[in-house]
Amino acid sequence: MDLVLNILLGVAVAATPLVFASIGELITERSGVLNLGVEGMMVMGAIAAFAATLASGSYVVGIVAGAAAGAAMGALFGLLTLSLMSNQVATGLALTLFGLGLSALIGQQFAGASLPQFPRVNIPVLTAIPFIGPLIFGQDALVYLSIALVLGVGWFLTKTRAGLILRATGENHDAAHAIGYPVIGIRYLAVTFGGACAGLGGAYLSLVQTPLWVERMTAGRGWIALALVVFASWKPLRVLGGAYLFGGITILQLHSQALGLKIDAQILSMLPYLATIVVLVVISRDATRMKLNAPSCLGKVFYATS
Amino acid sequence: MNRATRLFAGLGAALGLALAVVGGAGAAEPLKVAFVYTGPIGDHGYSYQHDVGRKAVEKEFGDKVKVSYVENVSEGPDAERVIEQLAASGNKLIFTTSFGFMNPTIKVAARHPDVKFEHATGFKTAKNVGIYNARFYEGRYIIGQMAAKMSKSGTIGYIASFPIPEVVMGINAAYLGAKTVNPNIKFKIIWVSSWFDPGKESDAAKALVDQGADILMQHTDSPAAMKLAEERGILAFGQSSDMADFGPKAQLTSIVDDWNYYYISRVKAVMDGSWKPDNVWDGLKEKMVELAPYGPAVPDDVKKMADETKAKIISGELHPFIGPIAKQDGTPWLKDGEKAQDKDLLSMNFFVQGVEGSLPK
Repeated sequence: MDLVLNILLGVAVAATPLVFASIGELITERSGVLNLGVEGMMVMGAIAAFAATLASGSYVVGIVAGAAAGAAMGALFGLLTLSLMSNQVATGLALTLFGLGLSALIGQQFAGASLPQFPRVNIPVLTAIPFIGPLIFGQDALVYLSIALVLGVGWFLTKTRAGLILRATGENHDAAHAIGYPVIGIRYLAVTFGGACAGLGGAYLSLVQTPLWVERMTAGRGWIALALVVFASWKPLRVLGGAYLFGGITILQLHSQALGLKIDAQILSMLPYLATIVVLVVISRDATRMKLNAPSCLGKVFYATS
Repeated sequence: MNRATRLFAGLGAALGLALAVVGGAGAAEPLKVAFVYTGPIGDHGYSYQHDVGRKAVEKEFGDKVKVSYVENVSEGPDAERVIEQLAASGNKLIFTTSFGFMNPTIKVAARHPDVKFEHATGFKTAKNVGIYNARFYEGRYIIGQMAAKMSKSGTIGYIASFPIPEVVMGINAAYLGAKTVNPNIKFKIIWVSSWFDPGKESDAAKALVDQGADILMQHTDSPAAMKLAEERGILAFGQSSDMADFGPKAQLTSIVDDWNYYYISRVKAVMDGSWKPDNVWDGLKEKMVELAPYGPAVPDDVKKMADETKAKIISGELHPFIGPIAKQDGTPWLKDGEKAQDKDLLSMNFFVQGVEGSLPK
């Protein structure tokens, strides 16, 4: 029972950085912008959160700094692609390289530093319930924040006027512009929000999952987050499902190795990616529906015509 | 002067300058030396320790050398491009520091016969490619003994990267060491299929602890597992460099690589023209492999045992791989009293008897 509990707790820890980064990218893409720089924004969030927590001694300051660093990277991407009209794909790739390099430079002085373990929530009585208690009432605060964020984004996109405007911008920016919405302004907000979320994902890595700083510690999670958005066919709740599925298989394959199951380690290592590909194939089978799901203006440059 | 003559004059000057550079190379030009790392030098582990060696070269020779390095080079087609680039840009000695750089190094070396190459942890040599490696397994044998003596659960968790001879040899050595202390010791091994992924290393460490391991060993490059051991209040051994900063209470010791003296001697050999492709495999005796200072959790009797084993390995009295040893499936490998040949160790692709689980192929 303890083992099952620990596995489930491990899944949440593995999934949460992906939830943050994917939900941010989802908003970015729903506004019609494709930002491939998630990895760079995440790693900047990781170093900023780590440095700020170390300097201030406060996790809250660290988390805010992580989100702010990610948001700054997102805004930079906005400046380049929305105002200066550079190519989104190339700029996104450059943003990743820039983030990895800059974070390594800033991080040099933190060699060997580490933080204490991030506290888990402890609600009297409730957390003490066997099994269910630690699972539902005993995670760390950021896990709850990530889930709340997904629910909030889902509500925002479908139930609010602002959410509809954001989607309209992503579906047809010319029409949105024609009826008077500030397309560029909306997209700036979306990429900045996306950056802040990616920064939170990075903060989770350097504060909770492995409370230390090492260069390139995101190790490709930004790219997984990008795939998860397609996997989720741009729907917030599916992002949550996808991230937990990916995290779950990652943790399970590690446990099955330690248990000594007779399956080759390489096959186990590739399972999470394999599962992602299989789901992608299944959902992309119907080309029309796939097209309906993807924002029509995704990745297209918007030129404001008077 | 019209435009054409100006152009020719310019070209002539440039050519003259180039000739002067080539001609002067023997005299005052610094020797260009390059290092290729597979991880970031900020990994606090394997690549970091090679970079310590690079700095030692810079310090030793000052402006007589011009040292550069490339980090984060993935073990694949990218490596060949990077090494080719370094060779083509005038480096006369290139250290490629990871197993996966072996074939790219050999390929590039064939195209640049005037450049000397040194490849770490591989087994292929050429006229201008020497190889060097540290006998990490000597250290692993000792930490295996320490782990077996200190584990309460009798289960040791082992985070492994890829099933290459180096890693397999390490697991076998640690297990053989552990078995001399506790014949019932159990090793749980997780392959993370990466040299460097702190998140995954940490998740693997968690999985091992959750399944009953109370001491962790790793053959991956980041200090994530050490950090987790510290958090969970268990013990761990570091890898490649001293990781006590990340586990002041948890670290029992760490197998530390010291490449400094080797790198300095090789640079010197190229400078005085005595360089030959060598095959160096140094260990505790030459101090290429060292144990970091024991952590606070190590009791005196364990320290004493570890020191004795170390002394015996240094004096040659003890070899970690000495028969009788059978392979995992029970087929005999070494006869009673027979020591393993270096070439068998360097191509080791099987577990010894007693290690559980199958080796990924």
